[in-house]
This record gives sequence, structure tokens and C-alpha cells, in this order.
Amino acid sequence: MTIAEKLTILTDAAKYDVACTSSGGDRGGGKLGKTIAAGCCHSFSADGRCISLLKVLLTNVCVYNCQYCVNRTSNDLPRAMFTPRELADLTIDFYRRNYIEGLFLSSAVLRSPDYTTELMIRTLSILREEYGFTGYIHAKAIPGADPLLTDRLGRLADRLSVNIELPSSQSLALLAPDKKKEAIFQPMAQIQTGILQSKAERQKFRHAPAFAPAGQSTQMIVGASGESDYHILKLSEGMYRKYGLRRVFFSAYIPVAESPLLPSPVDFKPPLLREHRLYQSDWLLRFYHFTADEILSPDHPTLNPLLDPKCNWAMAHLDFFPVEVNTADYETLLRVPGIGVVSARRILSARRWRALDYDALKKLGVVLKRAQYFLTCSGKMTPALRVRPEGVLRALTALEAPAIAPQYEQLSLFPA
Amino acid sequence: MSTWPQCAMLYDGSFAGFLTCVGESFRVKEYPFYFLPPGVEQISLYPIREIPTDQALAKEVYHALETQVSATFRRLMTYSFLTCLPQRERNMFDLIYLAFHRAIPQDLTDDRILVLTRAIQHLTHEAHQFKGFLRFADYGGVLVGQITPKNRVLPLLRPHFCQRLAGEAFLIHDKAHREGLFYADHKWKIRPIDHLDLDQPDQAERQCQALWRSFYHTVAIPARENPKLRRSNLPKRFWADMTEFQGEAVSMV
Repeated sequence: MTIAEKLTILTDAAKYDVACTSSGGDRGGGKLGKTIAAGCCHSFSADGRCISLLKVLLTNVCVYNCQYCVNRTSNDLPRAMFTPRELADLTIDFYRRNYIEGLFLSSAVLRSPDYTTELMIRTLSILREEYGFTGYIHAKAIPGADPLLTDRLGRLADRLSVNIELPSSQSLALLAPDKKKEAIFQPMAQIQTGILQSKAERQKFRHAPAFAPAGQSTQMIVGASGESDYHILKLSEGMYRKYGLRRVFFSAYIPVAESPLLPSPVDFKPPLLREHRLYQSDWLLRFYHFTADEILSPDHPTLNPLLDPKCNWAMAHLDFFPVEVNTADYETLLRVPGIGVVSARRILSARRWRALDYDALKKLGVVLKRAQYFLTCSGKMTPALRVRPEGVLRALTALEAPAIAPQYEQLSLFPA
Repeated sequence: MSTWPQCAMLYDGSFAGFLTCVGESFRVKEYPFYFLPPGVEQISLYPIREIPTDQALAKEVYHALETQVSATFRRLMTYSFLTCLPQRERNMFDLIYLAFHRAIPQDLTDDRILVLTRAIQHLTHEAHQFKGFLRFADYGGVLVGQITPKNRVLPLLRPHFCQRLAGEAFLIHDKAHREGLFYADHKWKIRPIDHLDLDQPDQAERQCQALWRSFYHTVAIPARENPKLRRSNLPKRFWADMTEFQGEAVSMV
């Protein structure tokens, strides 16, 4: 089998993995390679997603039979495997030409978790030790592998991740009978300990080896099983707190398999809007000082498809508004729909010199489409803006229209 | 506005040349109403002063920008000079004039500052895009990449690529501004390039490009196809210089 065929098969098998970020690391100073803390996108594929890393599986030969996964044993599809040398050479070839920011290495489980992890370690040590490669490496920790092997993997990679795949142990038992919740959280806890330990060591000794310096992340599939948005957000929030994750990725379920346990692939549309709303909420959790319980509650467990979660919160807390731009503190400004981290910071620094009015806000680049309903400048609302709660709701919903697919239907004069 | 008599200044288009103009203007107390880089023909109502670049004077002005004003201000000026803002020299001179007369506006929403900070945002954003979108091809061990930027991004790309490809030899050719960043043996130079002839890449290079194209097209998920999102993240003006959109087997999804 040629490299080209292998690359096609193993890319095809890896493409459903979401994480393609290269952020959070700051490595460099070697012969080849440097990471940027903010990450760097090298291209965008036809689905509009960023291509930052060479995202492939080491092999798609798997011993497991998870129902939602393309690579399950019972699926009839071409199988392939890279040797560690082939994959390392390919990474270097692509990296030199600036196609990629680094390698995203994942794998199906070949023979046993230990054996698979050993192969991955072999690949990464060729890159790091032989080629002196200091670019970005994101490696998947394989649940069930020996802790010592996971540790070795973390010393070579910038970021480690363990996929929790499904948001609850019931769905896990149903759809991925070979995976156990404990087996997933065990490496996650181990990685966290490793990261904290190496951080403490590096404060004392500058050259102490780093362990996954860009942190760890995880991903779960949304829409394959019946969990509510509230459940998913609570779970993410819990993992951010407990395991210090950098990111939780959501992946809208795309039917790659026919199974009586899964939504039928006929006419199934991936829940892209739901995924989008979950990411919006995820940002609120990470950058806007929101808690999951502020966004949703057990009584309202579903995110509103018509409004983004921040607008939704604002409409439910109208007593909090309007906010005065010239006196509000940072946290309060962040609560205003349409004002993000950058805008809030700009407002804080600009208002030291003068009182801000709407013109000044526009000049600072603050987008007022949503914010205008929730702000006052020196006590004044936007001139000629009438505000009644239902009017605001209508205007905000209209702004979301492009994101929501219209439900058109072809009418027919003839009976079908 | 100043009471100085106005003039137009003709200079060589370099940053040192511009700084010389600034120094000259303050020496003879004339306010340059516009600046003419070489090769630009313009009929002028103002007397045209031809200013030959004086490295010593330029250095002095460069130093004064930091000591008389601030390091932030000097950075604002050096970056502004790389932008594609129409009449950038005039906008810069207006601010320098105010700064040397201790009247620099501190307000971020002041139009005179805003026009430059916006132009710089455009510049730095474009430079960041090219950190990702630039593509090299291997010509016998030397990497050659070609770009067509709106702003002069080479000085901003330099530290990034010199660190990233520390052990390599490369050339980044800016086709729009006819400049090249040369790097080899841990040394770099930015030099004008009038004309660059490249041979056909060899067999190994062509194969690597084909591999990348096949990766690029395989990694997209058909069920999530979203051409509008791709265009907004990766505008079409970048496509012509990117390997994945060149050559055979390009499927326009």
C-alpha cells in the first residue's frame, strides 16, 4: 500500500475528531519548529473548519466495537497502518512546507491499549529526538494503557486528550460497551496530576521536563444519545473545575453507522445549531464568568435555538439592565450581549480619557447590534430606539436568522 | 494646524527616507502636505522638495521618537509605515508634528490616532494570516514561498519563520511589493526582487504537494459542508498562492 493510500484511509478515519487547535504551548528554539501561544490555522477545509494539525490515525484497525464509531470492528472498510517512521517523515515534510502547525496523533486500539501507546511513543520520539522537532504535538491518550506509558506520551506531546465520547455512563454502556466511565476518567486524573507536578518542578528547575505543557482537552458527541444541554454543560463545567481541562469539544453526531441503538441515518441532519449553541455556552463558562446554572436549569434544560445563550440570559434578567458604559465594572460589561472580552477591555482603557458616547463606542469597534438594547451612555439610550421587551426579543431573534435554517417546504398541486 | 508654509516632499520610499523628511521639515520649518515616493508622477500646487536620504539624520529622528515621545509611539510609527493606508506618510507626519509639540492626543477614539491603529490592525491581522497560509515548495533544499499581501508583512513574518525554520534556508517572495526575505545560516536580509524565475519543482516535491492536496480534500466532512464559512475564514484572494488549490485534482466543493 502506498503512503498516499494510507494517508487517505487514515485521514478519513480521523476526520470526525474535532480538536484541531494548536494553542496554549510555547515551545521553540530547536532545529525545526515553534509553537505560538495563540495557535495558528493553516487552512480551512470545505466544511469551514480550521486545519491546523496533520490529523491522522496511526492505524484504524480496532479491537473495539463502539456503535457510533466508523472504525468499529464490525464495520466493513479498508484498514491501514502507518509505521512510526513513515508518519514522522510525513509530518516533517508537511511541517517544513508550512502546511501544518504540527501533528495530531490518535489511533484505534490495535491489539491492546499498551501496544498502541508504544507505537505512538515510537513515532513521537523519532520526531522529537531524531529530527529535533519542536512544533506542536497533540496526542490521544488511550484509555486502559499503563500509566507509565501515558506518562511517557505526555513528556513528548504538547497536549494530551482523552475523549469521554458520550455524556453519561448509561449511553456509554449502551453504545460503547467496551469503554467504562472509570477507565476514561482515570487517565484524565493522571494527566492532571502530571501537569501540576511538572509545573511545580519547572518553577524550581528551569530544565525539568515538561509534561503536556499545553494542557489537556476532551470531546463528546452530541445528539447520538438523549442527554439534555443542561446535563452536558454541567458535565463540562465539572470537568473544567475538577480536571483543569483547557477545552471541552462538542461534535454534532454524524451518522456513520446503522444501528438500532442510534438515530436512523435516513434523513438525519447533524445537530449543527445545537453544537453551535453549546460552544457559545462553553465560551460563557470559560471567558465570561458564567456558571452552568445561570445559563440553564433543570426546569429549562434545553438551549434556546432562536437566541444565543447570552441574549437569552439577558432577556430573562432585564432588571440587570441597562448597564452604564462609563461606570460599569469589567464583569458587568461582560454580561452585556454583544460585548466581548476585547470590547470590554477597550471600553475600560478608552473611558479613562473621556466619557464615551455611542459614536465613541462605534469607533472603538464595539458592535452595537445587540448591545444597544442593554446599554446607556452617560444615562442616555441610543437616540430614537424604542425599547419594549417584546420588541427587543423580536429584533434579537431577527439577528440570528442567518444561523437558523429556514423550514421551507415545496408545495405540490398534485397528491403525492 | 501648523503655521509653517506647506510643501510636497519627494523621497526614496524607505523608512529612513521618511524619517529624513521629518528631520528636514523640522529644520527648515516647512509642513509637507504630501509625500511622493519615487516613480509616482503627480502635478503639484506645492513646491516640491527632493529629500535625499540621510542615514545619520534618520537615526537621530528615530531616536527622538522614543526619547521625546515614547516607545509605544515609535512602534506605532514603524508599524504604520508598513501598512497599505493611502497617504500613510501624511497621517504619520500629522501625528509626529503634534507629538514633537507636546500635543499628542491621548484619546483612543481620536480620529487621527484611530486611522493609524485601524491600519495597523489590518497589517498585523494579515501578517498573522500569512503565518498560516504561506506555502513553501522545496527547490533542492531551499524553501521558496510566494505571497501577495496588501500590506508589507515581511518584517512581521521574519521573527516567526526564522525561529520556526531555524535550521533551513528559505526565501519568502512578496510579489505585491517586489521584496524578498532571504534566510540561511541564521542570517536574514530583506531585499527588493524585480523578477523571480522558478523551475518546475522536482518529482519528490510534486508528490508531497499531491499528498497534501489529498489530505486537504479528505479531511473535510461532506455532511457539514459550508462554503461561506470557508470563504470568510480563508478569503479567496489567498487561494492562488496555496498548494491545496493548485494543480490537478482540485475539486471545487
